[in-house]
Amino acid sequence: MKHETPMMSGIEWLSASEIADAVHARKLSAFDVTNQALARIQGVGATLNAFTDVVSERARANARRIDVLIAGGGKPGPLAGVPFAVKNLFDVAGLPTRAGSKINRQRVPASNDATLIERMEAAGAILVGALNMGEYAYDFTGENVHDGPSRNPHDLTRMSGGSSGGSGSAVGGGLVPLALGSDTNGSIRVPSSFCGIFGLKPTYGRLSRGRTFPFVASLDHLGPFARSTRDLALAYDAMQGPDAQDAACVDREIEPVTSLLPKGVDGLRIALADGYFKKNLSPESSEAVLRVAKALSVTAEIEIPEAARARAAAYVITASEGASLHLERLRTRPQDFDPAVRDRLLAGAMVPSVFIDRAQKFRRWYRAQMLELFKNVDVILAPATPCVAPKIGQTTFMLDGEELPLRPNIGIYTQPISFIGLPVVAVPVPLDPMPVGVQVIAAPWREDIALRVAYALEQARVVNALRPKDI
Amino acid sequence: MSSSGSSDAYIDAAANVLGLSIEDSWKRAIRANLDVTLKLARLVHEFPLPDEAEPATIYEA
Repeated sequence: MKHETPMMSGIEWLSASEIADAVHARKLSAFDVTNQALARIQGVGATLNAFTDVVSERARANARRIDVLIAGGGKPGPLAGVPFAVKNLFDVAGLPTRAGSKINRQRVPASNDATLIERMEAAGAILVGALNMGEYAYDFTGENVHDGPSRNPHDLTRMSGGSSGGSGSAVGGGLVPLALGSDTNGSIRVPSSFCGIFGLKPTYGRLSRGRTFPFVASLDHLGPFARSTRDLALAYDAMQGPDAQDAACVDREIEPVTSLLPKGVDGLRIALADGYFKKNLSPESSEAVLRVAKALSVTAEIEIPEAARARAAAYVITASEGASLHLERLRTRPQDFDPAVRDRLLAGAMVPSVFIDRAQKFRRWYRAQMLELFKNVDVILAPATPCVAPKIGQTTFMLDGEELPLRPNIGIYTQPISFIGLPVVAVPVPLDPMPVGVQVIAAPWREDIALRVAYALEQARVVNALRPKDI
Repeated sequence: MSSSGSSDAYIDAAANVLGLSIEDSWKRAIRANLDVTLKLARLVHEFPLPDEAEPATIYEA
């Protein structure tokens, strides 16, 4: 398959695909690539504040092993020598899994890596560290009172988005070409949008959550970030497969997508989400969606029924399950939480159970409605965020002349989609001065279709992970 | 509980049942968060569903 021409010079801006090809061909050593990444993490990385842990010795040892394997004629896998990092809710052997919290850093260090780390390394990728995140993933900003905020690589005064803030910042800032994050209500798609990169939230149950710290069992997904669609697909393919460690991970055959990317969009029925998804949009978010729709020659619009209620139900389920998960910690160590997270969780514990049951019943109804829609459409386009990345510390934003609270509203377009676990690729539209994302949404288990659309948009240069100007 | 929102009395009672110690300084934020969540919960609850509606998760023995 022909690869995209590199947009930037310097090893740090090479794609995962380019690195793997060069390492396989012995034009680059995995060791040199790893050292370059580690040096950049110490340099620019300190400014971005994307990393909370760096595993230099492990990374160098694994890189040497890859180089020795290749020199001996062995096959290290499609991600040979590619540095990657993971949100710090993933278990990394030897580290306490902090999940963005103060409390968790006193946990016993993990004895084993998370399943997805094992699979990435089996494909030859090199883990270099763990990434900053919003406390316990109850966050859309990427700010963290214990570890400081992850910064947006396009404007260091702006938020990365969250809760996978470090993941967005690290990939967007050229620290690593691949990162892993989680998405419960938008935590992959929001940082992808704000940091101007690609993110994949797969179908609920597609990728194993084995050996990661949870948030909301009903809604938690894991997925990759990258600066190209091909890289996203490569990582996704490496990580697929059943896992008994995760009760929600389906026993489904691996369905590789990377070779399917060039199939294009001919014959795909694509529509623009109407109604709820057109309200409260900033001019930038609106422009981004329109550009993507125009590039795909999309004129059809589709109304997603009861999207506002779906968002509300996701909110209620999140509040309740999050509170239940943390109840003992709220009893014994309330002072060690981020107060903003603590008070949300405490409130969540007090929601009457009848409302939770109702939300789960509504979820089944809503799922049926969406599956019905997907009988007549293959892809739905929707904004990822209502605005470009706000300033770090900002608490409100202006929409249609009205001042609205920021945090609860960042996820208004992502929540109704993850609520029923539809696969989404967040694609970056390179507006100036700040990028913003669009959601490419497909039917359950059709990540291939969402990625094909993203790839076509990327080939047409409508979506693009631009290199930040100042980093 | 009034339909307009929660109250400090409700928060205190719920905290007691749940074994939570709530500082007075936290109550305003807790109440604000709870009121938002209850408003959204009622939005969901208003939607008519038949008695036969099943929850999203189905348990298998």
